[in-house]
Formats: sequence, structure tokens, C-alpha cells
Amino acid sequence: MFSIFTIILYILAVGLLIFSFLKDRKKTKMALKKAWKAFENILPQFLSILIIIGIMLAVLSPEIISKIIGQQSGWIGMVIASIIGSITLIPGFVAFPLASALLKSGAGILQTAVFVSTLMMVGIVTMPVEIKYFGKKATILRNTLAFIFSFVIAIVMGVVIK
Amino acid sequence: MKKLIKRYKFFIVLAVINSALVIIYPTIGQKSLNITWRNTLEMLSVLPPIFILLGLLDVWVQRETMIKLMGEKSGFVGVLLAFFLGSAAAGPLYAAFPVAGILLKKGSTFFNVLIFIGAWSTTKIPMLLFEASSMGWVFMISRFIIDIPVIVLIAYITEKFLNEKEKQYIYDNAVE
Repeated sequence: MFSIFTIILYILAVGLLIFSFLKDRKKTKMALKKAWKAFENILPQFLSILIIIGIMLAVLSPEIISKIIGQQSGWIGMVIASIIGSITLIPGFVAFPLASALLKSGAGILQTAVFVSTLMMVGIVTMPVEIKYFGKKATILRNTLAFIFSFVIAIVMGVVIK
Repeated sequence: MKKLIKRYKFFIVLAVINSALVIIYPTIGQKSLNITWRNTLEMLSVLPPIFILLGLLDVWVQRETMIKLMGEKSGFVGVLLAFFLGSAAAGPLYAAFPVAGILLKKGSTFFNVLIFIGAWSTTKIPMLLFEASSMGWVFMISRFIIDIPVIVLIAYITEKFLNEKEKQYIYDNAVE
């Protein structure tokens, strides 16, 4: 769970915090206050996302996802993979083993690539958070474009890898 | 208190739904609770340093500095910086938005913030290594190379579709 990068992030944060404290106590206190405010500000949305992901992954387990995508091929397979990828939000350490299982269970590169790309770039569940910072129009635009470009990415990958 | 309930209204509804699931469909409800708990722990493990860095950035980095680095006239350096900042991140995409908010508040352009979001979502270095180990290097590297122009294109098109008023709204929203 604690990857090496998270540890680096912690070392960086703590190091800079100490440095900041030595330079200016008042400013450091303010920084921590701002950090907490920024966190508390978005906490309701974060908590909601966590529950939605929980319910979704309980219904759409990795086994079921791989069954649905693995059996479908062609354009229909790509569309299904992209829709599942857009809605769900799966952490990388679950997503990639799942994607590699997809390939092994018979899904093509196109379906797998579109699944991975939409999974990363399109976030329907996280839209409320995004809207809070970017507004509705920019959020919908970004997600729609990411959805469309996921197909472009997949098709190019299909050509490159074959 | 009323305000608090209003803010957490949606979360409370979801918590009730999940509790109902536990009673009606125990297997799914229980499983969902387990997943939520695991994800909560994961979130709590990555978020503290991100938000501490965000707070420090807010206090120490002056607006003038950020404008120079990632603002209107930052040019290619700004884009590169946005890309590296996003790629060096750890943590889920939804944690990127509060950071994006601070970048906007400090004077980064919306285009650069979109590059940052694009990089955070697809070219995070920690994730790339993991991707290579489960999907193979060919898959990872081809996706990485194809993703770079796509990130720029998405940022470019999104920004072009927004008029000045809409962009101003985003900047004002970040300052509040």
C-alpha cells in the first residue's frame, strides 16, 4: 500500500514542513491550516466517491468486468470496455492486473487499451469534485474529449503493438 | 450544524444506501463496505503529504513566481513544468483537483492546469512502473508516447471551447 513514491512524497512533505517551520513558524501554521481547510472543503465529495466506488466494485467485480469485456470483441467490445472504464474508478494496482487478465482471457489490445485509457482519463464518478474546481462546462468538455481520445489512443496502440 | 448536514447530505444518503445493501444483499453490502474501507485507508495514506505540500505552496510560493513559472507568458517551460508536476504525483485523480485549484489561484493558466491534470491521470511515474510490470514495457511505452500529444490536444481543445467569461469564472472560483 505504501509505495516507494508515497514514501518519497512523505519525506518531501515532512522535510519541507520542518524547513518551513525553522524559517517562519507563523507561516507554517498558516500552511497547515490551509492544508486542512482545502482537505475539509472537499471531504464530503471524497467520502461520497469512496462509497460509490465501493458499491460499484462490489457489483461490478474484476471477475465480472473481465467476463463482460473478455468475451466481447470488435467495436461492441470497445464500446462496452470504454463505458465500464469511464464509470468505474479503480486504483492502478487493481486496474493493471485486471487489464492484463483481460488480455489473457481473450480480450484484444483495442478493448484493453480503451479500457485502461478511459479508466484513467474519464471520471464520471469524480465529476462532482472536478465541477467544484473547473465548473460544469470545462468538466464535461474534458471528460468527453478524454473519452473520444481514448479510442484514438487504443486504435494507434492496436497498430503499433501488432 | 445545519450547514454541516447540508454539505454532507449526499454522503449521508449514500451511507444509508450502503447500510440498506448490507441488510438486503449482505454479500454485496459487506463486500462494498470492505472495498470502501480499503480505499479509505489508501486515500488517507496518500492525501496528507499532498495536502501539506499544497498548503506550503499556498503560503510560500508567491503569485508572481507562479505566474512566471506557469502563467500566461511561461510558454513551453510552463507546459513542461505542468507535465512533470502531474507525472511526479502519487494518488488518485480526484486528489489532483484541489492541487489544480491552488495552481489556478496562484496564477497558472487553465491550459497548464489541464496539462497537469492530463499528466496526473495518465503518465504518473509510479503508475507507469506498475503498468510496465503487469502489461509489459511495449504496452506501457507505446501508451506513454501516444498519451503525450493527446494530453496537449485535450487541454488545447478544452481551453479553446471556453470563452473568456467561463475562464474568468474558473479563475475567480479558485481564488475564493
